[in-house]
Amino acid sequence: MMEHIPILKIGNLLLVSIQVDLHDKLALTLQDDLSEQIVATGARGVLIDISTLEIVDSFIGRMLSTIASLSRILDAETVVVGMRPAVAVTLVELGLSMPSVRTALTVEQGLALLGAEVKVAWENGVAGENGEETGLDDGSAPGRDVVGGAGGPKTTRSSSSRAVGPCPGDADVLPSGGAPAAGREVPG
Amino acid sequence: MNAGIVDSVRTGKGAQRHPIATEADVVHARQAVRTLAVTAKLSLIDQTKMVTAASELARNTLVYGGGGSMTIEVVENGPRRGVRAVFTDAGPGIADVDIAMTDGWTSGSGLGLGLSGSRRLVDDFVIESTLGVGTTVCVVKWSR
Repeated sequence: MMEHIPILKIGNLLLVSIQVDLHDKLALTLQDDLSEQIVATGARGVLIDISTLEIVDSFIGRMLSTIASLSRILDAETVVVGMRPAVAVTLVELGLSMPSVRTALTVEQGLALLGAEVKVAWENGVAGENGEETGLDDGSAPGRDVVGGAGGPKTTRSSSSRAVGPCPGDADVLPSGGAPAAGREVPG
Repeated sequence: MNAGIVDSVRTGKGAQRHPIATEADVVHARQAVRTLAVTAKLSLIDQTKMVTAASELARNTLVYGGGGSMTIEVVENGPRRGVRAVFTDAGPGIADVDIAMTDGWTSGSGLGLGLSGSRRLVDDFVIESTLGVGTTVCVVKWSR
C-alpha cells in the first residue's frame, strides 16, 4: 500500500504538516499529490509545515523547491514554515539554496504571507473577556469578531473552529471540506 | 583507504554495521547516526550536520553504488569524542573523484551536493574509489 502524507484544504489553501520520517519515495509522492490537489481544488496557496523534520538534506530540499516551482506554475504560492534553526544552519553549509521557497517562522505568519482568507485571532492565550473560549455562538454581532476592534467584547476564535464552516458575517471565508486545521498553533 | 584517518583514532564503542539496500535503510541510517551523535555528546547543530551528511552519503551508496553498507562508531582522539561513519559499496566506482567533489556536478539527476556538501558538514572526510570495484567514504564529526 502506498503511503501518502495528508493534505488538508482550508479555504483556498492547502496545508501539509510532515509528521513522519521522509523517505525519498514518500517525498516524491507528496510532490505529485500536491500538484494534483492544487489543480483539483484551485488552491492559491500551499503551506508546508516542516517543524518536525530534524534534517533537510539535498533531496528533501529539492522536493521543497520543486513544490514551490510547481505551485507557481499552477498559480499558487508556497510557504514553508517551522524550519528548525539547526536545519537552517546546515542547509546554508550544505550549499543548498532554495530560491523559490518562501519561509515563515510559524503557521500564522505563513498564512499571513499567503494572504489567507482564514482569520486567526487571539490575545496571549486568553480567550474572550470572560476568560473562556468564545466560539461562533457567543452572541456577538455578526462581523464583530475582529481582534482590536473598537468597542464590544473581543472574541477569540481558534483556527479549528474556523475550519468547520463559514461564520455568520464572514462571507469571505470559504467552507473547508476537510478536517480542522492542524492544531499546533492553536492557543491553549 | 587512507590509513591515517581510519586507524589513528581509537574506537570508543563497538562499531555498528547497517545495510543500505532500500530507501527505508537510508531513513534507518539517519536515525542510527543521530543516536550515536547524541551518545558522543555532539551539539544539536553538529548532530544535525552529521546526520544530514550521513543521509547524503547513504543515499549515494544506494542510488549510485547500487547498495552497500554503513558502519558507524563512537571514536576518541585524546579528550575528544566523535562519530565516525564509513559508507561502502561495490558499485561502478567514481571515474574522477575531484570532479565528483565539485558543487553541482552530478552523474545522475541529483543536485550534485551530496559529496561536496557532506565534506563541508563534517570534520574529517576521506573518499576512495576504484572503477569497477566500488567506493568507500569515511567521515568523522568531532565534539567541540
